[in-house]
Amino acid sequence: MNVPDHASLAPAMTVPLPAPPQTPSGPAPASAAGPVPRLAVDRLTAWYGDIAGVRDVSLAFESNRVTALIGPSGCGKSTLLRCLNRMHELVPGTRVEGRVLLDSHDIYAPDVNAIAVRRTVGMVFQKPTPFPTMSIADNVAAGLVVGPPISRSVRDGIVERALRRAALWDEVKDRLGDSPLALSGGQQQRLCVARTIAPEPEVLLLDEPTASLDPLGSARIEELVHELKREFTVVIVTHNLQQAARVSDVTAFFYLGALIETGPTAHLFTAPTQPQTEAYVTGRFG
Amino acid sequence: MAFSPRTRRVVGAAMTGATYSAAALAIIPLVAILLMLVMKGAGSLDWNFFTKSAVPVGEPGGGFAHAIVGTLLIVGVAAAIGIPIGVGAGIYLAEFGGGIVGWLVRFVADTLNGIPSILIGVFAWTLVVRPTGRFTALAGSVALACILVPIVARTTEEMVRLVPNSLREAALALGYPRWRTSLTVVARTARAGIITGCLVAVSRVSGETAPLLFTALGNQFFSTNLLQPIAALPLQVYYYALGPYEEWHRQAWAGALVLILMVLLLGILARLATRSRHERA
Repeated sequence: MNVPDHASLAPAMTVPLPAPPQTPSGPAPASAAGPVPRLAVDRLTAWYGDIAGVRDVSLAFESNRVTALIGPSGCGKSTLLRCLNRMHELVPGTRVEGRVLLDSHDIYAPDVNAIAVRRTVGMVFQKPTPFPTMSIADNVAAGLVVGPPISRSVRDGIVERALRRAALWDEVKDRLGDSPLALSGGQQQRLCVARTIAPEPEVLLLDEPTASLDPLGSARIEELVHELKREFTVVIVTHNLQQAARVSDVTAFFYLGALIETGPTAHLFTAPTQPQTEAYVTGRFG
Repeated sequence: MAFSPRTRRVVGAAMTGATYSAAALAIIPLVAILLMLVMKGAGSLDWNFFTKSAVPVGEPGGGFAHAIVGTLLIVGVAAAIGIPIGVGAGIYLAEFGGGIVGWLVRFVADTLNGIPSILIGVFAWTLVVRPTGRFTALAGSVALACILVPIVARTTEEMVRLVPNSLREAALALGYPRWRTSLTVVARTARAGIITGCLVAVSRVSGETAPLLFTALGNQFFSTNLLQPIAALPLQVYYYALGPYEEWHRQAWAGALVLILMVLLLGILARLATRSRHERA
């Protein structure tokens, strides 16, 4: 299987790193009084062949918080996200060093099954990806098929609950058997959110979920993110700084594969400590 | 180079005319064959033709029922053998066939595609007829399946490759194992294209004569036994066309017409399958 769009990011990363500041390590600053982070990245380096797309990053993601990963194209934010549910390794020639701790267990430990990780850490992609041969309801239930067997009525209940949580139920409840391709782009993306949360993952990864949507569709997804953080640990990659400011509690800024700065969103946008961060959030590059 | 507007118009018209003529020349053989078959064969198509088997020369009312049923049986069994193998190989090539094994399978399939069909017949004779000691319908099916597999494998591969990678990733991110992703998401998405490929391959082999000469052999009597020689439309047409009797020639024409109508029908089905795919997309 080829994933050319991600592999082609690699050449952008060959630029020598202009002496990034010391990567902040350990848990995010906000955690001083908080609980143990749900998900933590510990000295993670992700390789495409000989090129490191993510370099020695350590970062913690707290429960019921939205963490936004921002930075210019090719900075490694999507690669880092794909390391969190072991999707990175599906690209031929890639490998990962370091640890990703989910509830203190390393998901890269030799006895851990990548498929089980992906059922616990759900992911929504940049473009809506409904399965075209399945009905709307079957799309939502698609992730349940690989779980333990359940009865028809339980399944229908889960489908309804997932669609309600994704704020799509009222729009599709009368046409659950129809093709998802009749839905608008924004509805398709909410369908993908419903499909991802139906199997009850613990962490939700959103990879530029509004990049292909119009402003209205984007607004619906952002509202949804606010709702979803009540139940999930949410990590969102976005190119849209306003969006990061609106939806996230914590923001992490990446540049050329390195984590430059992380902190509470309001703080990072108003009083960044690193010059690169300031240049990026004020729109001077990227 | 600069041409005057007039020259450009003349050259443009000439080129357009040339492509129209080429298109017309290309369909002349098909139209001519169809017209010829209808003129010479339609007259012999009656109820007996479809319900009766061959009768001794001079006796009226014989038909091609044994050959029609024989062709349906041979091709049906060939499809049952060849389509699962071909579709499976095609999915393998598209989803997992990046390495040296994939290259090898592709190379063998392409080579097999180019082998004259009479050699396939000889191969099936060596494989089935010789060890079992008799000509059988099954041997004919094996021969046709050998032609079917590479065609189906390569078209399936093309169709599966068209499925966007984002769908694969979406399924894998839901915790689908690779095999399940390939079968339930990727192959299902490519289903219409795969079916079209299978129908095209089946219509291609249903007209094959040479591979059946040393395998199914042909039979003047009605038979549905897969372990006995069996009649087939192309064989019956071949034998009757070579025969000395006027009546046989007329029936051979009619048989050829029925054969081409069957192929046309499969082609139309394939078109319908493709069209519904475009409508859904």
